[in-house]
Amino acid sequence: MSPTRIPVRLRVNGRPAEGLAEPRTSLVDFLRDELDLTGTHVGCEHGVCGLCTVRVDGVAVRGCLMLAVQADGAEILTVEGLASPDGKLHPLQEAFAEEHGLQCGFCTPGFLMALHELIDDEPNPSEEQIRDVLGGQLCRCTGYAGILRAVQSAFAKLGASPSTESGA
Amino acid sequence: MKPAPFEYEAPSSVEEALRLLADPAIETSLLAGGQSLVPALNMRLARPERLVDLGRIEGLDAIRDENGALCIGAMATKRSIERSALVAQKQPLLHEATGHIAHPQIRNRGTLGGSMAHADPAAEYPAVAVALDAEFRVIGPSGERRIAAADFFVTYLTTALAEDEILLEVTFPERPAGEGVGFAEICRRHGDFAMAGAAATARLEAGRYQDARIVLFGVDATPVRALSQEERLRGEVPSEALHAEVAAAIGAGLEEPPGDQHASPEFRRQLARTVSKRALEAAVARAAKA
Ligand SMILES: Cc1cc2nc3c(=O)[nH]c(=O)nc-3n(C[C@H](O)[C@H](O)[C@H](O)COP(=O)(O)OP(=O)(O)OC[C@H]3O[C@@H](n4cnc5c(N)ncnc54)[C@H](O)[C@@H]3O)c2cc1C
Ligand code: FES
Ligand code: FES
Repeated sequence: MSPTRIPVRLRVNGRPAEGLAEPRTSLVDFLRDELDLTGTHVGCEHGVCGLCTVRVDGVAVRGCLMLAVQADGAEILTVEGLASPDGKLHPLQEAFAEEHGLQCGFCTPGFLMALHELIDDEPNPSEEQIRDVLGGQLCRCTGYAGILRAVQSAFAKLGASPSTESGA
Repeated sequence: MKPAPFEYEAPSSVEEALRLLADPAIETSLLAGGQSLVPALNMRLARPERLVDLGRIEGLDAIRDENGALCIGAMATKRSIERSALVAQKQPLLHEATGHIAHPQIRNRGTLGGSMAHADPAAEYPAVAVALDAEFRVIGPSGERRIAAADFFVTYLTTALAEDEILLEVTFPERPAGEGVGFAEICRRHGDFAMAGAAATARLEAGRYQDARIVLFGVDATPVRALSQEERLRGEVPSEALHAEVAAAIGAGLEEPPGDQHASPEFRRQLARTVSKRALEAAVARAAKA
């Protein structure tokens, strides 16, 4: 059986995009292979690591657990869409760079997108809310202390005062 | 790790979904939030020939008050339940349990109906449904029927749903005044599936237990209601010693707790004691002391 490919039309980082996807193609594979947006990474492919996290219609989701065909008509935001068009990094990205929030960087796009949702939803998150989000993202080399510092610093840049104490 | 090929349909009505599901010529699975099914597809533990996505059917995700009862559509996400003021006010146990399910990134897509239909023995919602006497509204080719939570969870990953039926809604009856609820679970990492957990409700009258309910999860193939210990609590004055005794009896009374890489059967028995005691104490602490 030669699999049928279905047209998928969506908006990615504010621009219309379209491509063909087999029903079994995940959203993250579609973004990477069909739309050439390789900033979003793929790890476990079963929802555990969070590398593939992107925002779909505003909410942070696992790109490996959503089919591309399910995202037809949706508004997607990926890590490529965080910086301003002039290349200026988002305050969250700056904070990760300044506070040693990454080492190899493989996990970073997922962290950024999960935290980007938190920034929009909770201008003043509790430590518990921050940890709840970080708990869904795996980093195997930086250690979470730097990441937590980066989150604190990002919220400070954005004018909030999260109650996070350092030392994960 | 990619799924085997399948066809995909996204009907816009329940009737159309039922028709697709009833087709005997093609093995079909329903797709809700995909947070359990898609991992199974990726690992090729599931190989349906077709997926029928419920995500494009309008109105299946409503959260509403019906004469005091709380009705939640099968496609309501855990995130919407977690954030619903109506849920927090009317069903605090359901609200509290939701925060323990996976991570926000999973709760954003995972649905109430998916968790109930999937019936993972370590899942929070089935135990909460049993603790709260929830009722499941289900539709099949010959019409609708209602199933009590006590009859819905049959065994490991198996419910009373027939293959051609769709879960539409879960109704949580109004709670009695003065009731306290408690919830406790133990997992390796917040957001992981629990090694053991418990949901409890309690009501006091003149300082004694009027009634109590304790339902455990993660310790058998389905949620386990501690019936004999619930009975024993009636009429007693809550105390640390009483709760320790009851919890010990619950742990000892478990038939065959599962053993895996996370916890041996003996360790699970121990955890069951701990979570039973914690959940019960939390429920009593919140019950009206009239
Ligand atoms: C990393 C990770 C951690 C998790 N941790 C937890 C946890 O701690 N606790 C927990 O409870 N869950 C956990 N889950 C599972 C998650 O909660 C799932 O969302 C849930 O089990 C299934 O809901 P879903 O909407 O994603 O359903 P799907 O995955 O789409 O479907 C699951 C099953 O239910 C059937 N189904 C779905 N909807 C209906 C319906 N309306 N009628 C009939 N059948 C239906 C499907 O056919 C399928 O067989 C975790 C998942 C991941 C990936
Ligand atoms: S690749 Fe999606 S969660 Fe790991
Ligand atoms: S920076 Fe290397 S895995 Fe997180």
